[in-house]
Amino acid sequence: MIEIKNITKSFDDKKVLHGISGKFEKGKTNLIIGASGTGKSVLLKCLVGLLSPDNGKVLFDGRYFTESDKNTTTQIRREIGMLFQGSALFDSKNVEENIKFPLDILTEISEKEKIEKVNHCLNLVGLDKINQKMPSELSGGMKKRVGIARAIVNDSKYLFCDEPNSGLDPLTAIKIDDLILELTQKLNTTTIVVTHDMNSVIEIGEYIMFLHNGKKLWEGDNKKILKTKIKELNSFIFSNKLMKKIK
Amino acid sequence: MFLISLFERREKLKTYFSLTVNECIKIGYDSLFIVSIVSIFMGAVTTIQTAFNLVGPLIPDYVISLVVRDMTLLELSPTIIAIVFAGKVGSNIAGELGTMRITEQIDALEVMGINSSSYLVLPKIIAALLMFPILVVISATLAILGGYTAGVMTDIITGQEYIYGLRYEFNPFNIPFALIKSYVFAFIVASISSFQGYYTSGGALEVGKSSTNAVTNSCIAILVADYILAQILL
Repeated sequence: MIEIKNITKSFDDKKVLHGISGKFEKGKTNLIIGASGTGKSVLLKCLVGLLSPDNGKVLFDGRYFTESDKNTTTQIRREIGMLFQGSALFDSKNVEENIKFPLDILTEISEKEKIEKVNHCLNLVGLDKINQKMPSELSGGMKKRVGIARAIVNDSKYLFCDEPNSGLDPLTAIKIDDLILELTQKLNTTTIVVTHDMNSVIEIGEYIMFLHNGKKLWEGDNKKILKTKIKELNSFIFSNKLMKKIK
Repeated sequence: MFLISLFERREKLKTYFSLTVNECIKIGYDSLFIVSIVSIFMGAVTTIQTAFNLVGPLIPDYVISLVVRDMTLLELSPTIIAIVFAGKVGSNIAGELGTMRITEQIDALEVMGINSSSYLVLPKIIAALLMFPILVVISATLAILGGYTAGVMTDIITGQEYIYGLRYEFNPFNIPFALIKSYVFAFIVASISSFQGYYTSGGALEVGKSSTNAVTNSCIAILVADYILAQILL
């Protein structure tokens, strides 16, 4: 479980996060949603340690992340897998080398075991026989899948996904959502997904935190969200015609 | 601060070894062609221009190769090749790291618990320190050979006189001086370019700016260091 307590973050004079608190449970897909510029990605970066919050605490299964010494922080980080918005695959490495990379750096297992793990993860994300392809030869959806494979290869306890559906067609986006849900349940990870895609919210939102202007306005699940009375959340959910018709 | 961060939370030595070997190939071997071309013509032009400006009835011909030798060792090979090195390797380092930064590849390393500055930059600095002095030695050799070829082919100087001039009143300290300069310049180019690339923010435009800044700042730092080293060591 990941717990955040009163996270605040400012850039110069602009306060981006205003005391955000919440609990993201293990084995669940936890979603942070909100319109563009509401601080979702900043919160995610605070969670994984790419940004330091001005105030507040982040705990990974009871272990303080933000206030720990560098060794503890590094230890926690090595339990984290993250899918970036642009996949962030290393251009100079092929698919196999990209996925194997965390194992090369962080483990002492044999080369044979590493390849087995790489193939297992590729199989889990539904990609086979693309080991030797370079990232430039992959489609957007394939890059995301390889990114997910790299995120889970080191038996990560915590999986973070930043806008996993951005730039994907609706069908591929649904496949990626299903994959995240399936992996979370299968591997029992604590998964946090930052998104503004309503399909994801309805499909996989087991816990949803809604941010508006850097504040947490609502939390709940995908069953409760459609019945909310909060004006800002309603205008976010029912911003397109399709959702209005569903309502 | 940036240089101190290179030595924090280091990875296994084996990791750095393979990265450094790869960087040596990229930084050293891949620069060989441009360094060779520049050096040969540098030596040839120095020979012809020295002959044009210096030689008269009272000045012996071997002075030409003496001038070529001292200019090559003291200034041309370490400094001009360092500026070429800044243009080729410095812009490459800044562009590579800048692109990695804006495409979140550096963030990916950090999230994995890897010290990205140490992992990416330290091998580049070590490789530059290993390879640039070798490039300077090759450059000096080729420049002197280029001067010999140009001098002999255009009948400015005979081969015997050229070699006599090379040996005449040779100051052996010129070689360690050139090597000291090459180590300092290699460090300047690798560290400034890495810094510029590593702290890139924005998009493709900023990556281009980082590459330009890397080359410009490296060149200025090389010339300042060149003056300081000459003042201190000569």
